[in-house]
Amino acid sequence: MMLAQDAAANLSSGWFLEHAWLIAVVPGIGFFLILAVGKRIRDIKVGSLTIPGGGSMFGVASMAASLVLAAGTAYQWIQRVDSAGATHGALGSFGSSITGMLRAEGEGNYITPVVKSYTWWRQGGATFTIGSHIDGLSMIILLLVAFISTLVQIYSLEYLRGDRRYTHFFAALTLFAGGMLTMVLADNMVQIILGWEIMGLCSFMLIGHWWEDAANSRAALKAFFTVRVGDVGLLVGVSIIFFSANSFATKNGFGSGFDLQGINAWAQSGTASHTAILWGAVALFIACIGKSGQFPLHTWLPDAMAGPTPVSSLLHSSTMVVAGVYLVARIYPVFHTGLSINVAGSHFNLIAIIGGITIIIAAALAFVQTDIKKVLAYSTVSQLGYMMMGLGVGAWTPAVFHIFTHAFFKCCLFLCAGSISHSGSHHSFEMKKDMGGLRKKMPITFACWMVSTAALCGVPFFSGFFSKDEIIDNAHHAGYNVFWIIGLVGAFMTTAYMTRATYLTFFGKPRGAAAGEHDDAHGDAHDPHDLDVDDAHAVQPHAVAAHGSTTDDHAHQPVMAMARTVGDVADIHGDVDASDAEEAVHADDAHHAAEHDVHHGPHESPALITVPLVILAVLAFGSGYLNAAAFSIHKFTDWVSPIGGQFFPKIGEASGELPEAAFKWVNALPSILLVLAGFAVSAAVCISIYGDTAAPLKGITKRIAPLRWGYKFLFNKYYLDVLYEKIIVHGVAYPVSAAAYWFNQNVLDGIVNGAGKWARKSGLWIYKNVDQRVVDGTVNGSGAAARGLGSALRPVQSGKVNQYGALLFSAAAVAALVLILVNT
Amino acid sequence: MLISEFLLLGAVLFCIGVYGVIVRKNAVLVLMSIELILNSVNINLLAFSLKYNDISGQTFALYIIAVAAAEVGVGLALVLLIYRNKRNISLDELSEMKG
Repeated sequence: MMLAQDAAANLSSGWFLEHAWLIAVVPGIGFFLILAVGKRIRDIKVGSLTIPGGGSMFGVASMAASLVLAAGTAYQWIQRVDSAGATHGALGSFGSSITGMLRAEGEGNYITPVVKSYTWWRQGGATFTIGSHIDGLSMIILLLVAFISTLVQIYSLEYLRGDRRYTHFFAALTLFAGGMLTMVLADNMVQIILGWEIMGLCSFMLIGHWWEDAANSRAALKAFFTVRVGDVGLLVGVSIIFFSANSFATKNGFGSGFDLQGINAWAQSGTASHTAILWGAVALFIACIGKSGQFPLHTWLPDAMAGPTPVSSLLHSSTMVVAGVYLVARIYPVFHTGLSINVAGSHFNLIAIIGGITIIIAAALAFVQTDIKKVLAYSTVSQLGYMMMGLGVGAWTPAVFHIFTHAFFKCCLFLCAGSISHSGSHHSFEMKKDMGGLRKKMPITFACWMVSTAALCGVPFFSGFFSKDEIIDNAHHAGYNVFWIIGLVGAFMTTAYMTRATYLTFFGKPRGAAAGEHDDAHGDAHDPHDLDVDDAHAVQPHAVAAHGSTTDDHAHQPVMAMARTVGDVADIHGDVDASDAEEAVHADDAHHAAEHDVHHGPHESPALITVPLVILAVLAFGSGYLNAAAFSIHKFTDWVSPIGGQFFPKIGEASGELPEAAFKWVNALPSILLVLAGFAVSAAVCISIYGDTAAPLKGITKRIAPLRWGYKFLFNKYYLDVLYEKIIVHGVAYPVSAAAYWFNQNVLDGIVNGAGKWARKSGLWIYKNVDQRVVDGTVNGSGAAARGLGSALRPVQSGKVNQYGALLFSAAAVAALVLILVNT
Repeated sequence: MLISEFLLLGAVLFCIGVYGVIVRKNAVLVLMSIELILNSVNINLLAFSLKYNDISGQTFALYIIAVAAAEVGVGLALVLLIYRNKRNISLDELSEMKG
């Protein structure tokens, strides 16, 4: 069927499109190579260049190979699109400029994907396939994941140099990317589950990379379990869809109800039972809530900051959290039909509501964070809310485009944060304590941060503007006015909290480590919590001690200790900070000792860190111009968006409107003004609160009761963690465990003890009667019988030939006699 | 032609052979007795061969003579070896196989 369509439409294909499965296989091979031989490889010096050992090169090389393959795939896909002659025109209307041939088929300008499918196994009449499904969406995400992963791996070469689990880190990082690529490539739901779960496992390993600290392993467990809650929805949803769509898919030549095209065609066909598709969509969306950190399961994402910064960067930009958004975009017809998106007269649906709530609550939380990575984490949650809301209001292309642009600037921001902690703030992520005034010390990092922040806030002409504004604009255009306002408010809040973070980090007076005062001075400032860990260090140089929290209010927050190293190795001592410090000392002592002998105080990071930063910053600015509606550039829409056809909903058709809003500067004006307002307000408030002068706003959250309550409410993250851990988990777990204990003590123990007593008694009886009498009797009896028979027969064996002869002939005579008697 | 004379001769020879095997202590004499038993069987075969005018009885008799010759050869060789070891061929002395 596919081939026939290809031929009819004259679509070009190519080697990269046909062999796209290699993109996911290469990191898999890299992973096994790192595990198998990674630890045995030492650093190799080639002239002044050092090739790092530990197997990290396999990781970098496999990701680079994946990137090349993904780039080839993207190039050939674009050729394929061009060969179909499909363009969307400035107004983005479908059907206006499509080729006659396609119009005759009634297919819109839908470019058929390149599908390669192999049978994995068969069971119960169902065929489970594994394969690749390349279309615009998977092409762009593949390219994105491979690109970001490559940069993050290069960055990690420096960031994790000398780490004790360096090899394992790279193995997990490579498999992580491989899992995402497997999922993106999938042509069926089973493969999506496979990739999804690989990512879940790897995120657990990577977040808990420094598991010696109890808080880190807690964060890893929390991430794993929270996502697992959603994963139940994935299994249920896939099952519902399979059993509902299977007969349709099989009848129409799609293999089985797992096939993505089959599912999409089924959802579009109008024959689907609305109940089935509704509950399938809801169940799958629950999985996406867990994976993509949507309200109310977003709580794991900020805690996932416990992992090394490159992990946060990868996890938050392109790999883990995008998976949920990708799944919605991938089988969008199911959600579109099931949740009645874009149906005339509907103003709310599940996806848009969850996305909208997530935007606001996460942005609000970002205001009270003192940890730079947590600000970025909540910002990610909020941006994921934008993507979901975009999908919820039918703005498919802007939502996918936002995945694309967001990956670059968010990855860049995280890597900037890592760069600051690596070289600027002495492994601290505390903005209030250890940062400030870094813009002069770290100019490259500062520049990259500013570009990415501008992109995140949606400052005009930066990439975020072109994607986020499109989402907001489309919400308005499609009649979802509530979500339009939420999007605008979110834009305002985004700018405000990013201004705050920028001010605290790069402006003002240097504080703590940023001022060059680490270790002793820092330790003295926290005398009550200072913990001498000399002894621990003697045993374990990287010892990290968990420490009690100062307030019980946030006892559930990961309280991590920071162990520090001083220049002189012999003089190592650590001080433990009982605040929300995130970072554990991880790098090789000797390395840092040497480094700190040379550089005292903050300085710019080395090239392995700044080069990825600059590349990402350039893209954070430039990636928006693939789909700059303001300049009538629609490349991204042409390449990625599969409009119309059997496999994709004709968005906006029901209301007779265009699929996507036409760009007008007037429509963009509110968000631009709000961004400016957010910047102005936040800058003013920041300067007055955090600045040097004694301003009236200083300590305002402590003085005015409603503000204090609000602050406390936000600081405790809406008490969601308390709700989950104290109320839901305890509420479920305690009665269950109490009941289980009672059952154990009374019923099970009774059964066990009773059975034991009965068994003992019957054993004794059996011993006495069966064993002693029957068995032993038989054995002894047979022995005695054999002995008696032997002694009876012994005389016969006389050794005398004559006797033998006599016996022989008498036996013969007896036999003859018998013969005669019988015969007569 | 009366067949019973032949059968009587065979029976007498058989009885003499059995008597010799059981009573004689000399190994050579025991071997000779065995020959008598075999030849008594031969006589029986020949008698019935004549009676039923069937050549197969005489053929079997020829086989038995050949086998008996071989058997006597083996038997005499054993006796010779026993004599070499023990300087004696009395069967009373040969009770090593007593159980």
